[in-house]
This record gives sequence, C-alpha cells and structure tokens, in this order.
Amino acid sequence: MSAPRWMPARVAEAVPSTAHARVLRLAVPGWPGNLPGQHLDVRLTAEDGYQAERSYSIASSGPGELVELAVDEVVDGEVSHYLVRVVEPGDAMEVKGPLGAYFVWDAGDPSPVQLVAGGSGIVPLLAMLRARVAGGVGGPFRLLYSVRSAADAMYRDEIDALASGDIEVTWAYTRAAPDGWGGRVGRLGPTEVAAATWPPDQKPLTYVCGPTGFVEAAADALVAAGHDPLRVRTERFGGR
Amino acid sequence: MRQHPEGPRGPAEVVDGNAIAGSLRALLETDATVVVVECAHCGASAPMATAVVEVDERAAIVRCRGCTRTLFTVLRHDERVELRIAAVASLSTPPA
Ligand SMILES: Cc1cc2nc3c(=O)[nH]c(=O)nc-3n(C[C@H](O)[C@H](O)[C@H](O)COP(=O)(O)OP(=O)(O)OC[C@H]3O[C@@H](n4cnc5c(N)ncnc54)[C@H](O)[C@@H]3O)c2cc1C
Ligand SMILES: [Zn+2]
Repeated sequence: MSAPRWMPARVAEAVPSTAHARVLRLAVPGWPGNLPGQHLDVRLTAEDGYQAERSYSIASSGPGELVELAVDEVVDGEVSHYLVRVVEPGDAMEVKGPLGAYFVWDAGDPSPVQLVAGGSGIVPLLAMLRARVAGGVGGPFRLLYSVRSAADAMYRDEIDALASGDIEVTWAYTRAAPDGWGGRVGRLGPTEVAAATWPPDQKPLTYVCGPTGFVEAAADALVAAGHDPLRVRTERFGGR
Repeated sequence: MRQHPEGPRGPAEVVDGNAIAGSLRALLETDATVVVVECAHCGASAPMATAVVEVDERAAIVRCRGCTRTLFTVLRHDERVELRIAAVASLSTPPA
C-alpha cells in the first residue's frame, strides 16, 4: 500500500438530491476502490491558481472507478456551493484517497451496528448500509437519521426501500414532521436516542456522523446511556 | 562477534536514519486515523481519528480531547507538509 496521491477526476453525473444537495458521481481513472465509510479529499483549482481542499465521504464502496459523493450546501460555503450549484458533468477536479481506516465498517464483524446520522452525515453510513445489503453478511443494522424535514433527507427513497428485516430505520425531524407522523419534533435528546438505538448490553458498534455539534450531542447521549466509548466511533463534518 | 554485557541484544549501535526506515515504514504506511497518539500532558492514548482538530487553509492544530493540550500541528506550504510535534509522548501502530 502506498500513500494516496492527487488523482485527476471528472464529473460523470450530477443529480439533485434535495433542494440544497447533490449526488456527484466522479470517474477516477485508477481509483483503487474503497471500504464503506472512507472519505476522500477534493481539490479544486481556480483559473488564477487559487486552490481549495475539502473532505467528502464516499457513498459507494468496493472496486470500480466510479466514486459517489453527496454534498449538502452549507450557508456561505465556498466549496459546497460550487459542488452543489456550479459543477457540471465533464468538469475536472482532483481527488486524494481513499482515506480513513477508523470510520469504516468491516463486513466480517457480526456485531449489531448502530448508525446515527445528522444531515449529510448519512453519506458514509449509507455506504455501510449498501455494503450490508449487497453482501448479505454482517449483523443487524439500525439507523437513526435526523433531518430538518422529510424534504431535507438525502437518499430518502433509497433508505425507506432498504428498511426491512435486518435493517431498521428511525427518522427524527428537528423542524417539521411529515403529515400524520406521531413523534416529537425537535433535536434528538437522550430519550429519543435511547428509544431508537440498540441497548448497551447488545454491545453494538456505533457510527455517529454529521455536523460537529450533532455528533457531540449524540455521542454524549450514547455514552451517558452506558455504551462503551471505544465502540462509539465518530466523524465530525465541521460547523456547529 | 563481541560480547554484549548490557543485555541479550547488546549495546546500542550508532548508525544513521536509514537503519530505522524499515521499522518506521509500519507507522508511516498506517492510515493516520488509526495511529494511536499518546498525550504527553495527560497521558491519554487514543486513535488520531478521535482528536480535536482545528483546521484552516494553512494549518491543522491537533488537540487532545481529554486535556485540550496541542498534540501537534500540521502546516501546509503548497505541496509540502510540515509536522510540528508539541505534546506527543508517543505514536504507535494500532492494536492488531
Ligand atoms: C471526513 C469528512 C467528511 C465529510 N463528508 C462530507 C459529505 O459527505 N458531504 C458533505 O456535504 N460534507 C462533508 N464534509 C464537510 C465538508 O468537508 C465541508 O466542510 C463542507 O462541504 C463545507 O465546506 P465549504 O467550503 O462549503 O464551507 P466553508 O467555506 O469552509 O465554510 C463556510 C462556513 O460554514 C461552516 N461549516 C463548514 N463545514 C460545515 C458543515 N459540515 N456543516 C455546517 N457548517 C459548516 C464553517 O464553519 C463556516 O462558517 C465532510 C467533512 C469531513 C471532515
Ligand atoms: Zn491530554
């Protein structure tokens, strides 16, 4: 294994995901494949030579040279604005990866898996869900996905379709719930987290991902509920 | 071969940096997120992925989540990367 280098990438597809997010499929010649949960760095170069680098999780996994990202536009965000509103199929950028061996799911591990996503934090967790379904191996999965409203959920239809049997999905709405939804609307608290996650005695492996503040709150709630901090893996996307 | 009274492997030999290339390869080829960082201030040991990182275009300040002390700083100058170690007691490969 050698250290990843910057590789040329081209946008193959750009598909709207929500009113403020897009799914991008990048063609990366020579991409070595990646594990579910890994990320890459994107480097954009302007005509005047100015460069910006950001990290993005990979929604796809396994072999192949087509890499799927999903980007949510951050208010006043430089790179997310470009990726969500400006870039078109055929445009070039550079990527470095795959990166990260910590926030990955190992299909050989039979432990129950708890996924907790806030907003765009769903991206690496979706890669794990997709790998779990495609491989047919691994323990049962639960996903707790917190979004502002149903319309703000990335991959909503795919996630609803995945939910069955060994995969349980719980939605949480912080601003507005769909019509007829009986639950509480608001930020996740310890009670909501405890109700929608595996109990600590099941010894789940937990992956929490999203904006920094969301991850801190959810991880603190899990540890306070008795989960082993070493089995609560976190990835913070930044912001509040 | 000389006698080595200091212990089973004998006295230290004085060589140059080439001699540690083989052992450091294991550390440098490990994905950084799983490298275990030991804080020289509070003694906490944790995968690098769990550290607090403050990042901007030029630098990443990496702090201990336990005591907030700066562990190290990563500086970027175009294509070059500079690592400045502050309060790292040790870096080690992850447990097998
Ligand atoms: C390992 C990793 C994986 C990531 N994966 C994804 C992903 O799959 N999809 C995705 O959309 N983003 C992801 N991010 C976040 C992404 O890297 C950028 O931070 C984000 O797109 C904002 O960049 P920007 O240039 O638009 O904003 P900037 O111009 O850098 O920042 C503008 C403002 O937004 C705030 N801000 C920065 N990041 C966030 C954030 N994530 N949430 C809220 N506010 C923020 C800043 O503090 C600042 O005030 C990931 C981050 C990391 C570290
Ligand atoms: Zn410390």
